[in-house]
Amino acid sequence: MDLITPEYGLFVWQVVVLIILIFLLTKFAWKPVMKAVGEREASINDALASAEKAKEEMANLKADNEKMLQQARAERDEMLKEAQEMKKSIISEATEDANDKAERILEKAQITIESEKKQALSEIKSQVAELSVQIAESVVKKQLDDKKEQMNLVNKMLDDVKLN
Amino acid sequence: MHEISELILSQLSMSTQKSFKITVALMLVLFLNSFNSVAKTDTDEELTEEFNPTEMIMHHISDSHGWHFFGEGEDAFTLPLPVILWTDEGLTTFMSSAFHHDVEGEHVVESNGQKFVNYHEKIYVLDEGEEALKFDEKTHAALNANRPFDLSITKNVASMLLSALLLILLFVGLAKHYKKSKNAPKGFKNILETLVVFVRDEIAKPQIGEKKYLKYMPFLLTVFFFIWISNLMGLLPGAANVTGNISITIALGLFTLVLILVNANKDYWQHVVWMPGIPTFVKPILAIVEILGVFIKPIALMIRLFANITAGHIIILSLIGLIFILETAGVAAISVPFALFITVLELLVAFLQAFIFTMLSALFIGMAVQEHEHH
Repeated sequence: MDLITPEYGLFVWQVVVLIILIFLLTKFAWKPVMKAVGEREASINDALASAEKAKEEMANLKADNEKMLQQARAERDEMLKEAQEMKKSIISEATEDANDKAERILEKAQITIESEKKQALSEIKSQVAELSVQIAESVVKKQLDDKKEQMNLVNKMLDDVKLN
Repeated sequence: MHEISELILSQLSMSTQKSFKITVALMLVLFLNSFNSVAKTDTDEELTEEFNPTEMIMHHISDSHGWHFFGEGEDAFTLPLPVILWTDEGLTTFMSSAFHHDVEGEHVVESNGQKFVNYHEKIYVLDEGEEALKFDEKTHAALNANRPFDLSITKNVASMLLSALLLILLFVGLAKHYKKSKNAPKGFKNILETLVVFVRDEIAKPQIGEKKYLKYMPFLLTVFFFIWISNLMGLLPGAANVTGNISITIALGLFTLVLILVNANKDYWQHVVWMPGIPTFVKPILAIVEILGVFIKPIALMIRLFANITAGHIIILSLIGLIFILETAGVAAISVPFALFITVLELLVAFLQAFIFTMLSALFIGMAVQEHEHH
């Protein structure tokens, strides 16, 4: 029966000791310990979160790089294409130009030939006239000698002209 | 015996927790040594008087005014403790050694003009003019004496103070660590920190809730570690049976009850007194049950702790007492390994009971402060 009969003295001591113990431990142990543990947990969580964030940023950066690379590639392709086109257009333009010029040169040459021809003809004409005059002169001179001879000469001269 | 302890030590050395290992090994060695001394004295005594196992067990699990380590009678080695009494005449103090190991109420101590006797570790003050304690044969009530209010530093109080001191040293030491560094402590301090976090994450938070748990943490932590340390200390040979004493567990249970009563919200009282959502005629019946429940909860706490710890001690003492009951040393071959097994089991129980007490305290507090969702 003694076992389950409470002793007041012991009870009072336990209550007093526990109150003092709770007070002392709260002030000097539980509060600093809980605070330190809480802070450490918070810092670990922060570190984990920031690591996750860094990972995400890294992924973003990688994606960005990929995108930029793609863009650069596309740009390069476009530039090449443009250059190709430009080359083609330059060549065709140059060909056209050359053709034009050749044509023009030909035209000019023809015109020149024509005018040269005309000039030559007029020259010939004037020479013919001169020649005619000379012939006439000699004819006139010969007329004075022989009529028959005069006629022969004229005929001969005319034949020459016709031949020319 | 030496071989056994060595075997245990070698097995334990494989354990990784160094400090824990040391604690356990130290305890076992002390246990076996003290068992030796107890065995010797008891067999000597056996020649003269019959061995009384009940008396032996009761002596080991009850409180006393001196801290008895070994020896019997006048040769006993007992640490004297102060006796503090509040009588009609006022406060009286003297050392327990003044009784000269007498617990039969024969040795009269005079102090402050009054006469005191120690009868079965209860101190009586004799009435005026009386010289010796007289008892009623049937009722066992003292006829010519009464009990003063006994505030003595008994074995249990001394052990309790020792536990308290140990707790302060351990945890103030842990707190000091954080002043030096923000990192997790190493070794034994890490175990302590893990246990603090265990109480917070496995007991307080799930039972009371994220919002309110912080307020009750000091109580839960203090009670948890006090019970645990006291349980472990109680397993040391010659140590006091603090947590296996009803007065102690009543005090602990009372703390939980007071916390529940002080912090309970309107919702809780409404559910106790006038439970919503049930037929009206059932409500008064349920109110009686619920009101009883408010008090039964901490009473169950206090009985559970007291009974578990006391039972463990009784089993160990009975197994060893068996040797003397059967008067054969050969029984030791069976009862010592059994006692050892129970002792190791008690190490687990020491933690388990501390956990259960704290857990249920947290649960009851949680129930009292919970915000109910009305359906």
